[in-house]
Amino acid sequence: MKCNICGMNEASVHLTEVINEQVTKLHLCEQCAKDKSEEMQAHFGLTDLLSGLMDLGSPMAEGALEEGLAVKCPVCSMTFYDFQKTGRFGCGGCYETFQKNLSELLRKIHGSDRHVGKRPFSSKSEKEGHQVDIKRLREELNELVLKEEFEKAAVVRDRIKDLEK
Amino acid sequence: MQIDDLLKGKSEWLKGEGPRSNIAISTRVRLARNIKGHLYFNRASDINREETLEAILRALEGSAFFKNSLFIRIKETSEIDRGFLIERHLMSKEHAHDVEQKGLVVEGKEILSAMINEEDHIRFQVMQSGFNVMEAWRIIDEVDDEVGKLIPFDYSNIFGYLTSCPTNTGTGLRASVMLHLSALVMTDQIDTVYKAISKLGLTMRGFYGEGTEALGDFFQISNQVALGHSEMDILDNLERIIGKIITREEATRKNLMMKSKQEISDRIFRSYGTLKSARIITSNETVKLLSAIRLGADLGLIDNVDTNRINEVLLMVQPAHLQKSSGKTIPPYERDIKRADMIRKILGVEGK
Repeated sequence: MKCNICGMNEASVHLTEVINEQVTKLHLCEQCAKDKSEEMQAHFGLTDLLSGLMDLGSPMAEGALEEGLAVKCPVCSMTFYDFQKTGRFGCGGCYETFQKNLSELLRKIHGSDRHVGKRPFSSKSEKEGHQVDIKRLREELNELVLKEEFEKAAVVRDRIKDLEK
Repeated sequence: MQIDDLLKGKSEWLKGEGPRSNIAISTRVRLARNIKGHLYFNRASDINREETLEAILRALEGSAFFKNSLFIRIKETSEIDRGFLIERHLMSKEHAHDVEQKGLVVEGKEILSAMINEEDHIRFQVMQSGFNVMEAWRIIDEVDDEVGKLIPFDYSNIFGYLTSCPTNTGTGLRASVMLHLSALVMTDQIDTVYKAISKLGLTMRGFYGEGTEALGDFFQISNQVALGHSEMDILDNLERIIGKIITREEATRKNLMMKSKQEISDRIFRSYGTLKSARIITSNETVKLLSAIRLGADLGLIDNVDTNRINEVLLMVQPAHLQKSSGKTIPPYERDIKRADMIRKILGVEGK
């Protein structure tokens, strides 16, 4: 099979692209594939994707937006603008600093902006944390038993036992 | 223990054992964690990063889970060693760039490992043979609890575990299963699977993870959402959907055997013939041919090669493994010759 782009060389790379749920198949020679992959990276980097998400329908007025962008993390001095450019936080403090702007972004990525999973053992209110965990795990256990997922239920049960120790 | 010792051992994903291992090759679970009070990679100076590395190494040395482990500073490894660790799925390709303050800890059986100073300070990984999401989670959950007591992680009551990239925020959890989906590819159902899973919060990647091609019908399917669901919910969702995909692959295989046995056999035995006869072969071609043979073994068409053996070839023919087992650097063309020799040897074919 000849390359779909140059039509000269034998195709050795087979690419499936999904754009808006439209599947396109491309058969490319090595050189064209290399060019294509560079082009794709330039267009579809995660960073762009994240900035894209952040730009979407932002309700803030222009002035407020600029103000939001200039918010600076007191720990690592990253601004929200820096974060938008790189898509990566500079430290744990950024989360608190950018909290207001963050919820919208996290909801777009995960469909939620609240953690409901496990918490670290070492957190200050360890006992308190355990009570919350145990309550959550019990609910999970009940659900699993109802669904007759006994293997998973056993894992959760052991975890509750550990926490109650 | 040294990196070379890993070559003698069997990597977990190679074993060809575990639930539904005819289609599921291996299960991996990883947790992203950052250390409280330490800057993340894009803000940390070299000195910061060195401090982070030291602190984490100390903590892991104190953990019972990392007894009998290999403690590696990436900058002290050769290029072949780095390739070798990537091919064994013990570290990411990114981890082999800017190696200065990067670390990797690998427990002797290669079930548990931890990348240090990759995108996040720690990336724990647990690997299991076959389709075994819950067992992988059970192990990594305990490791995370223990190490978290030795060195405090960045955590917020609102956002959960804090990670460098917002796509991992919350649980920091990514679970993935490597599947061999030949029948779904052959019958053009793979695009349907692709579309369906992306609507269900999952994603599909190639053989070596992010940005790699789906070579030889091997696909990695993993969760994309890390926040707003408990770990158990995320794993349960993944397990349920992958279970369905495996069942569909099995049904399609059966159907193909009923309707087009000759065509399937032809394809499998041609691949087998090429592998047994080739004198020069690239690793990509090998993976494609092995994929057909793996299918043949599962369909009972080829009975003298087991999955275990196929998985072994799959790993041993990768460029760094090939060079590592020969104990020297080999230029690409000679590798292709050496690879063909090695395949014939493992498959037990005589002749020069």
